Amino acid sequence: MSGCTERVYNGLVKENPTFVLMLGMCPTLAVTTSAINGAGMGLSTTVVLVLSNMLISMLRKIIPDSLRIPAFIVVVASFVTIVQFLLQGFVPTLYDALGLYIPLIVVNCIILGRAESYASKNGVLLSIFDGVGMGLGFTVGLTAIGIVRELIGAGKIFGYQLLPLADEAAGKGGYVPVTIFILAPGAFLVLAGLTALQNKVKNNAKKKGKKVVETASCGEGCASCTNSACGGKVFPTGNEE
Amino acid sequence: MSENKFKLSSSPHIRDKVTSGNIMLMVAIALLPASAFGVWNFGMPAFIMLVTTTVTAVLTEYIYEKLMHKKITVNDFSAAVTGLLLGLNMPATAPWWMGALGSVFAILIVKQLFGGLGQNFMNPALGARCFLLISFTGQMTRFVYDGTTGATPLAVLKDGGVVDSMDMLIGTIPGTIGETSVIAIIAGAIFLILMGIIDLRIPGTYIVTFVIFIGIFGQFTKANVGLFDPQYITAHLCGGGLMLGAWFMATDYVTSPITKKGQYVFGALLGILTGLFRLFGGSAEGVSYAIIIGNLLVPLIERVTLPKPFGKGGEK
Repeated sequence: MSGCTERVYNGLVKENPTFVLMLGMCPTLAVTTSAINGAGMGLSTTVVLVLSNMLISMLRKIIPDSLRIPAFIVVVASFVTIVQFLLQGFVPTLYDALGLYIPLIVVNCIILGRAESYASKNGVLLSIFDGVGMGLGFTVGLTAIGIVRELIGAGKIFGYQLLPLADEAAGKGGYVPVTIFILAPGAFLVLAGLTALQNKVKNNAKKKGKKVVETASCGEGCASCTNSACGGKVFPTGNEE
Repeated sequence: MSENKFKLSSSPHIRDKVTSGNIMLMVAIALLPASAFGVWNFGMPAFIMLVTTTVTAVLTEYIYEKLMHKKITVNDFSAAVTGLLLGLNMPATAPWWMGALGSVFAILIVKQLFGGLGQNFMNPALGARCFLLISFTGQMTRFVYDGTTGATPLAVLKDGGVVDSMDMLIGTIPGTIGETSVIAIIAGAIFLILMGIIDLRIPGTYIVTFVIFIGIFGQFTKANVGLFDPQYITAHLCGGGLMLGAWFMATDYVTSPITKKGQYVFGALLGILTGLFRLFGGSAEGVSYAIIIGNLLVPLIERVTLPKPFGKGGEK
């Protein structure tokens, strides 16, 4: 695998920010009430992530180490403002649905995490693809959660009424939506369920002898890694020596 | 003196015959009067609901433990009691699948995913009831009695109406299957107290605190209610799920404090929360939310009320 595709694969599967790294939980839990909202949030974040990774990687030799966090924030905030205005101008319905969570992309820990652990240490092209991978991983995660929540909670997928609803007044049988899934508790239930599912799939693949690459560069799992240079470790997991 | 008569072993040295299974069986027996009254009061749909929730709860526990290669614990009756309690908390008019879904949620998510009996962080039956209440608010709060859809006495009280306390004591009122008859619930509770399964600490403090709260603050919410208005207090005591909650749910061993002081704190907390929800909250009933919030605070309550071991930290 070349470096660039490896970065994309890394973000999508190995270190998926939603299901593996568990980063950016605030938008993950808050805006995934429908698949469209999840995808919109994910794509907005992807755009900001790619652009900020690119610019920060370009500026990595100029930004002094002691001032890097404010510098990153300024870069990220600029791109978020641009994305916010674009959304407001061209997709106002999505802008209304995401609301406060668009400006909050500034403090999304995936973006700052990638800037800190990857873009500020690697070349421009690799950083862009790292942003693409992480962003798409985030988008896939949010959309998956959104699909499940929307399907169970409202019987719809991407706004299309997949399961015909029951209408008691008309005496028509059908699907009775489990409303809790589009409310806050449903976000936790679905996130936990999907995370468990992907762990199960990965474990099964491992058992079958298929080699699941944990991290390409160092050959060890991200969870037990203490070397922040590889870009995998963001939270202490309690597995450190 | 022959030395081999001494048997050395580590504690515990005294064993009782009481097991989780015995206790749960007692609780199930104590719930029978309320169940029987519910079936008499609401008819066949109530019976179908109770059977559905109980059977589904037991089946869910069995299937989960079978699939996960764990010890099968269905014969300790805890799943059956959870299912029965959930059934008693459902309106008789709710469709059967709703009860089944609730039982699956109670056993699978609230109980088994956290480690099974003894590990659940909130009462499974109440967790499932709140899950259903939030999901299907319409069906869960519509009560049909004698063929007419009517407000529960608590909802009538909330709107400033007058209710008949005698009917509420006997239980011939709309409500969930098991909560209507105070007499049937008290009968079961007395049985549990006599058998030594529960004691008065939690339910007693709960009810006393609740009476004081309603007595003081009731007058601020309704114009026709005075300070410690006896009729208003009686109606609140007999209405809704307070009795079922206080005697059967708040006393759940797993989700209530083990320290004596903590049990008083827990009971008082539930009383205040229930009063708050009923008087100032959006809906007429608040027992289930009060108890699950109380359940979540139990670890904190236990931490601050932990008794000091003898000889530690004396007065200076």
